[in-house]
Order: sequence, then C-alpha cells, then structure tokens
Amino acid sequence: MADRLAGIRYLLPRWSGKLGTGLIMVGLIIAFGLVAPLFAADPRDSSNKGLLPPSGSHLLGTTKLGYDVFSQLATGTRGSLYVGLLGGISAMLLAILFGILAGYFGGWLDEILMLITNIMLVIPGLPLVMVIAAYVQNTEGLGEFARSSTLVALILGVTGWAGSAVVLRAQARSLRTREYVAAARVAGEHGLRIIFVEILPNLVPLIAAQLIFGVMAAVLGEAGLSYLGLGPTNSITLGTMLNDAQTGQAVGSRAWWWFVPPGAVIALLGTGLALVNFAIDEIVNPKLRLAPQAARRQRRATKAGRGVAGGGAFA
Amino acid sequence: MSNSLEVRHLCKDFRLRRGVHFDTLHAVADANFVLEPGHTVALVGESGSGKSTIARIIAKLETPTSGEVLLDGAATNFSGAKLAGYRRQVQMVFQDPFASLNPFHSIAHHIERPLRIHHPELSTAEVRRRAAELLEKVQLGAAYLERRPHELSGGQRQRVAIARALAPGARFIIADEPVSMLDVSIRVGVLNLLAELQRSEGLGVLYITHDLATARHFSDEILVMHRGVIVERGPADDVILNPQHEYTKALREAAADPDRLGRLRDEVRAEQPGGTHED
Repeated sequence: MADRLAGIRYLLPRWSGKLGTGLIMVGLIIAFGLVAPLFAADPRDSSNKGLLPPSGSHLLGTTKLGYDVFSQLATGTRGSLYVGLLGGISAMLLAILFGILAGYFGGWLDEILMLITNIMLVIPGLPLVMVIAAYVQNTEGLGEFARSSTLVALILGVTGWAGSAVVLRAQARSLRTREYVAAARVAGEHGLRIIFVEILPNLVPLIAAQLIFGVMAAVLGEAGLSYLGLGPTNSITLGTMLNDAQTGQAVGSRAWWWFVPPGAVIALLGTGLALVNFAIDEIVNPKLRLAPQAARRQRRATKAGRGVAGGGAFA
Repeated sequence: MSNSLEVRHLCKDFRLRRGVHFDTLHAVADANFVLEPGHTVALVGESGSGKSTIARIIAKLETPTSGEVLLDGAATNFSGAKLAGYRRQVQMVFQDPFASLNPFHSIAHHIERPLRIHHPELSTAEVRRRAAELLEKVQLGAAYLERRPHELSGGQRQRVAIARALAPGARFIIADEPVSMLDVSIRVGVLNLLAELQRSEGLGVLYITHDLATARHFSDEILVMHRGVIVERGPADDVILNPQHEYTKALREAAADPDRLGRLRDEVRAEQPGGTHED
C-alpha cells in the first residue's frame, strides 16, 4: 500500500499560493453549483414581479420575466459545470486515443491520426461548433436529446480535442524512446500494457492539465454557443442566462444584477481553473517553479538599488 | 551448437536522410561470435562503432538487415509465444540506470513483472518472495522492494536492473555499457557483482564497453569493433598485451596509464622551470 501512495504523491502538484487560490475558487463554485440549487427557489417560477433589483426576498433580483436570478445562477452554474466536465472529459479521451496511439506506434498510423488531428486544428473552432450544433439540433428523431446540454457538451468535446492530442503525441513520442520502455519490451511486456502501465502514468500530469484546459474551453464554448442561441434550450446554464439577458435588453434597462453574476461566475471559474493549471504545469516543467522566485529576487534587488540598469527583466 | 547464443553474419544498415537523398550507414557489418554459459565476451569499441546495435538486435529491439541470431543452434526470427521463450533465456542490462527504471513504479514492479510474465503459475506471495531473493542476490535486500527509483543511487539502480534481467531465469545477459554512467568509485562494485553472478549462475555475458582495462579484467574473450566491423578478436590478455590491429593499438594508447601520465607530467614540469602556468 505504501508504494501506491508514493506513486500518487509523485503526481501531485506542490503546494503553492497559485494552487491554493485556484482550488478554493473552483471548490467554492463547484460547492455553489452542487448545494445552492437544493434550497434555492424554482428557477422557472415566473410569478414574481419583473426586473426587481437585489433585495432580501430576491438576493440577486429578478429577470424581465420574473425569474429569480439567484435560483437561475445556482441551476445555471450546475448546468455549466456539467457541460464543462462532460465536454472536457470527452475531449480528453479523444486526445488520449489520437495522441498516444499516434505517438507510440508511429509510422502510417501516426500519419493518418495526425492528418485528422491537423484538419481539426485548422478548422476555426466556434464556426464549426455552430454548424454542427445547428445541424444536429435540426436532425429529426433525436427528440428531447436534440436540445439538451449533454448533446452540446458532446459537440464541444468532439470539436475540442485536437490541440491536446498534439501535446500528448509529442510527449508519448519522447517517452516511447526511453530506456525503461525498451526494458519493458525486453522483459516481455506487450504493446497495450506498455502504453497503459509504463507510459500513461508518466503522462498523468500532462493529461490533467489538458483536462482542465478542456473543461475551461467547454464552459466558455457553451457560453458562446448559448449566447448565440445555439445552446441547450431545455436546461439552464450560465450561457443561456446571458442569452436571456441579451434578448431581454438587460443592459438597456440597467438590470446589472441580471448579467453581471453569470459573467462573473464564468470569469472566476476560468481564473480558478487556470491557476490550478499553472500548478500542474510546474510538475510537467519543473523549471517554471523557479520563475516567480527569480522575478521576486529581481524586484527586491531593484528596490534595494542593486537592480539591473533599465530594469531589464530576464526572468 | 547447443547451449549457446550465436551471432552469425549479422548486418544492420540504417538509412540516413541527407536532404533529398538517402545514405546507407552500415552500423554492423558481418558480425560473428558465440556466447557460452559461464563465459564473458567483451565487445569493445568507441561510441558509434555498432556495439549497442548488436546488443539491441540480440535483445530483439531491432531486426537485423541480414544474418541471424541463433539460440542453442536454432534460428530465432520468431514472434509471439516463442519470442517470450527467447526473452526468458536472453536478457539485457541497459546503459543508463537513470533512464531504464520507470520513475512512476516501485522497485517491486520492475522485478515482479518479469517474474509474472515468464512464470504465470507463481502465486503472489511466491512472486514477492522471489523478488526479495533476487534483490538479495544483487546485494540490496528486500527492503528496497517498496522504494522508488528516484530514492536510489546510480549503482543501486543498476543492481536493480541486473536483478530484473535475472528475474525470468536468463542464461545469457547482454550488458550494454553497464557502468559507463556510474561514478568511477562504484563501477568496480557493480562489475564484481556481474562477474560473481556470472560464475555462480553460470551465465553467458556479453560485456559491451569502451574501457579496455575492465574488458581485460572481467572477460575471457575480447572483440574489438571499429565502424561496424569486428577488427580483432582473441583471448583477453592476447588482445590487450599484443594488439595486432591499428585501431586496438590506438585504443590502448588512449587508455589512462598512470605510469605514462606521471612521466608526462614530469616532462611538462621540466619544460616550465619555476613558473606557475596561467590560463
């Protein structure tokens, strides 16, 4: 058991201010999305008066149609997190499939997989997502599923894996030539076991970073799609809230409580995930750990009048 | 020949891309030698001479362009279950102990996996017991099972690599420059361990090195390799004391000789009377 634990510790990021801040931000938002909908009022209850400013009975006021913004925010956060997680995970699985198989096996398989990856990379992201979303949602026979957040998440996953696949392929190619992989082959290990037991664990920090990046991209992508009216219509997300605010002319009627909260949650979630990602990057590239220290040392030196002339920063 | 590992007319070409056209590099050209249990053959040469290519071909990490590797007189150009049988007999110790152990896995993983692959009938407890036994054999002890590679020194890692090579029950070990990445002070310890295991287990060892002194001390036969060709071969002492080929002579000259170095230093001092040399 002890060696299992040590294996996990080898993969964990070192504690730092960045990691702590990021984890707290993401943790609070996730907790809000999980817990708040349980005791918030019905987000689709339109019996309230429209465009009420924040007050005791409506913490964040109401929308034009009389929906309670706090309840909408709680349900929308949960919906956006669901889309982000599902989209991020499906993008990561596709990136692992394409990137690691191409990198490990090389040859013609690499050529074919990378051709597909490169095509996905050069097609502009949002227009492709819009076209696919519009097309799939008008396909008959999908019923409820056609306008669900699950479908939007899957579309975002299918269009958002290419960048991660390129990163994973490069790393898998490098790991493939390590002597411990050759040693595993000499010991008699087979291809798939080498990929999953010898190579994949050493890719975990990189995959985690790509997953977080994927979650961020899916949350933002969903917000973009919904804002354009191509998002899930039978569920509430932060994006659909912004879309409602835009069509309801929230800015024109000065109802800041309608569009600022969903925007702020998206921005804070993105910031928190980015901070966690920085901490994970430091495992992948340990040199980054020293960068803040170098910058701090330089600042201190400048303050003490010993700085490099002209404040030339090289950190 | 039965009970031997034989390399016959082995050739390996690499295609190198130079701009638009390809050049062929003859990494190994017509190599022939026999490895027998209880004997050590040293393969000596500078880097790029093709020694490691031979090691990788014997370890079935590369396929030869032509020629063959014979185990107990039988051809070995097979795959699948038969290849597993070959690997049970022929194992390899890699050059860089810092790269040949997976940083993610414990030492136990490195030793138990080959045991499980080649002896699937063993129970978990038996595998563990044998892994501990193998670590004892390389003078490390069962306590190292739970350690991870980054906690070990280079010499300890190379001992683990040797235990891993012994795990399937190999009769032949290809040691590809096993001590070149280690501190000079611990090289002899690892080499003595290899020699001791070779005697006690009756192993056939192919010792690949660029160091003539250890080749002479630890092997019965020396093959000198230069640009893919084996240019000289013979009993260890003959090759070192009475080299025939120009390249062997040059290698011998290049080896550090304390007496000669001492004389050189005295000569240099005599030429620069009284002055400390500024540089």
